[in-house]
Amino acid sequence: MKQFAQLIEKLDSTNKTNQKVAALASYFEEANEEDKLWTMAILSHRRPPRPVNTTLLRSYAAELAEIPLWLFEESYHIVGDLAESIALVVPNDIHSSDKSLSTILDELVLLKPKTDLEKKKYVQDMWMQLDYYSRFVFTKFLTGSFRIGISQKLMTKALSQVTSVPQDELAYRLMGDWEPGTTTFDELVFGRNEQAYVSKPYPFYLAYALENELEELGDVTEWVAEHKWDGIRGQVIARKGEIFVWSRGEELVTDKYPEIAALVNFLPDGIVIDGEILAFIDGQIGLFNDLQTRIGRKNVSKGILQKVPVIFKAYDLLESNGEDIRAFSYVERRALLEDLVQKTNHPALHISEQMQFSSWEEVTAERELSRDKRSEGLMLKKKSASYQVGRKKGDWWKWKTDPLTIDAVLTYAMRGHGRRTNLFTDYTFGLWQPNEAGELELVTFAKAYSGLTDKEFAKVDSIIKKTTLERFGPVRSVTPTLVFELAFEGIAFSNRHKSGVAVRFPRILRWRQDKKIEDANTLDDLKALIPE
Amino acid sequence: MKHSDLLIFNSKGIYCPKAQIYIDPWRPVKNAIITHGHSDHARFGHKNYLTHHSNIPIIRHRLGEINVRGIEWNEPFHINGVTFSLHPAGHIIGSSQVRVEHKGEVWVFTGDYKTEDDGVCTPYEPIKCNTMITECTFGLPAFKWKPQADVFEEINEWWQSNKDEGKTSVLFGYTLGKAQRILMHLDPSIGKIFTHGAVENMTEILRPQLNMPETHLITRETSPKEILGNVVIAPPSAHGTPWMRKMVPFETGTCSGWMAFRGARARRATDKGFVLSDHCDWQGLLQSIKESEATRVICTHGYTDIFSKYLREIGYDASIENTDYEGEKEDTSVTETIQSA
Repeated sequence: MKQFAQLIEKLDSTNKTNQKVAALASYFEEANEEDKLWTMAILSHRRPPRPVNTTLLRSYAAELAEIPLWLFEESYHIVGDLAESIALVVPNDIHSSDKSLSTILDELVLLKPKTDLEKKKYVQDMWMQLDYYSRFVFTKFLTGSFRIGISQKLMTKALSQVTSVPQDELAYRLMGDWEPGTTTFDELVFGRNEQAYVSKPYPFYLAYALENELEELGDVTEWVAEHKWDGIRGQVIARKGEIFVWSRGEELVTDKYPEIAALVNFLPDGIVIDGEILAFIDGQIGLFNDLQTRIGRKNVSKGILQKVPVIFKAYDLLESNGEDIRAFSYVERRALLEDLVQKTNHPALHISEQMQFSSWEEVTAERELSRDKRSEGLMLKKKSASYQVGRKKGDWWKWKTDPLTIDAVLTYAMRGHGRRTNLFTDYTFGLWQPNEAGELELVTFAKAYSGLTDKEFAKVDSIIKKTTLERFGPVRSVTPTLVFELAFEGIAFSNRHKSGVAVRFPRILRWRQDKKIEDANTLDDLKALIPE
Repeated sequence: MKHSDLLIFNSKGIYCPKAQIYIDPWRPVKNAIITHGHSDHARFGHKNYLTHHSNIPIIRHRLGEINVRGIEWNEPFHINGVTFSLHPAGHIIGSSQVRVEHKGEVWVFTGDYKTEDDGVCTPYEPIKCNTMITECTFGLPAFKWKPQADVFEEINEWWQSNKDEGKTSVLFGYTLGKAQRILMHLDPSIGKIFTHGAVENMTEILRPQLNMPETHLITRETSPKEILGNVVIAPPSAHGTPWMRKMVPFETGTCSGWMAFRGARARRATDKGFVLSDHCDWQGLLQSIKESEATRVICTHGYTDIFSKYLREIGYDASIENTDYEGEKEDTSVTETIQSA
């Protein structure tokens, strides 16, 4: 554990990517096989299931620190990270544990079914026996996703340096359905486990947002365009008589979308399709908002299947007849995909319409139609492009529609997390709406916490501290004085929101210091943006 | 505030009505007792200053020709029947607590203070009192300082390992207090110690009082080659400025109590954070209050609402008063204006 904690401390102690990679590489050279495997699992978000809920963890920590629970909670609001708060408050005198990373993680796997009393003893003992960084890392395992600013890409890079396996190949090997209990380091990195490969997806090819003028892409006839559909990016895999549906977040979602799983009897063997899971209601592509009602559900009821049916809109073909065809050109893959979709002829499998243009002006005109077609904008793909690994520039670009915007008033603020610890950076915004007496009041409609510079955040933070009305734990209500222009991607009516409206990806476009709160928009202005 | 209180808080500062004198006022007044030289406590524009004599060179440097009288620790002086005395606060060199006594009732204003002996200034001395006015910059149980010997061992190891990798170490800390504390605990056998102008000026002022190792001011003429592999002490506001170009390749380290938080380190974009503060940590605050035997506690700056709530819960008569003191500011880039580059 100490070795892993030291790695995390080293990664924390530098802002330079090269040094992070070097620290990871030297760790991978020194650590034992089991620890290496667990490290790869943790850094690719495969931590053991949470063995203790966080309410219990808080009470264990407060007890050990001999402070009242409210004081622990207040500290947590300020520190901004639960694991870090715990590591900071519990007393730390004996650093006797030299358990390895893999031993501890194996113990955590076994901890889940135990009684609360056993859990408490184990967790408190561990806290007392670990040094500060080990305790922080250990608690991170308990509290949730292990996000510490180390991307999977960075880890893959370091691993590639140590193993000499190319990065793209490693990215592929680390995808899909594996955990430290089901494989070994050698098997995962060098070997080939047939069973695991049946369900394994390919790394997604992702596009950057278009940076330059369209004309700079060159000859328009070398490109095709598609609409950028607003659902869940996914891969459908048909191998050995089985079907697997993966989301881009590397979550296996086959059971959540039985409409797509039904393709198992229609697709030929050895097929991997890249596409988008979309709500499809009354013969029309649904809004992301519709799809959202299905995302969180474990059990898919008949009612919801009828209300929000889904389809898979195919973008690309990555494997055909059991062969990895990612190196083929887009045009070649597209021909095979069209052929496949046509032959499969199934109502849940659609193909994303491909468009060819003779001028960039036509492309621009098509983008204007995006909102009506319920897409987020256009994807531009080069005909000669292979299917690449991860986010790459050059051959694929996304060109989203300009966001919708509205001027709103800041009403509540919450302390941020991570590098915004101890600063009020998460805001709630309201729009004007007449109440029963006909007086205008602010109705909350969105939260946003990105879009300002560090300097602006610092200024807004100090205004919030000066204009605080009430405190509710980490949240403060403020006297409304600040107006911000908010941007968002989509908008729909919603009965889950107080305002009756749901907006997608709200973020701060700019601080309107030139506007008074009376100049902000009304809720009716917002509703007028909702498409028919 | 009760009518009979020995010290009250008004719009100008902490005031003793009986003696008609202020402590650390933030508006210009006639008579001011100054606890220490940081700019939120020692301000410009008072007619008469009264402070510990070791603080005089500091405030003269910062405030110019002022009318100031120096006194010793534990040297009582009387104004209109009120007895005042200064006692070491252990915050930075020349920092005092102010003890105020009238008819057997004792109040203490701690100013900024820390309980650990930093080997630079006269160590903090607990003073018994009825009412204690305390700061609580780090008044949360999440703040727990390591002994400074451990921190300086880390700092010197960090310097050595940067040097081994052919890099310069740039350490950020307040020009007054932190910079000299760092200076006195760096290991000069590793290499040379360079300084930013603001740090050098203040250090020069303090040399007659402190036995500090040799420093080398970075000037226009200093070549990058001379600096390479050595350590540079600079104010936090120098971080990210063109002045740093001469130090490339470098690693940065920030010395502050806020470095206890990973988020604060990330925000500061500093490579390494060293948790080193001139204020009390949680236990330090609680311990001092306990040792003072005060029953009433007034919290001035820091996490006042949380800290005073906790004090009330454990039986103190604790309240909050608003002041213009800032303690150790988290965003140090705006705290100190560089006096001369």
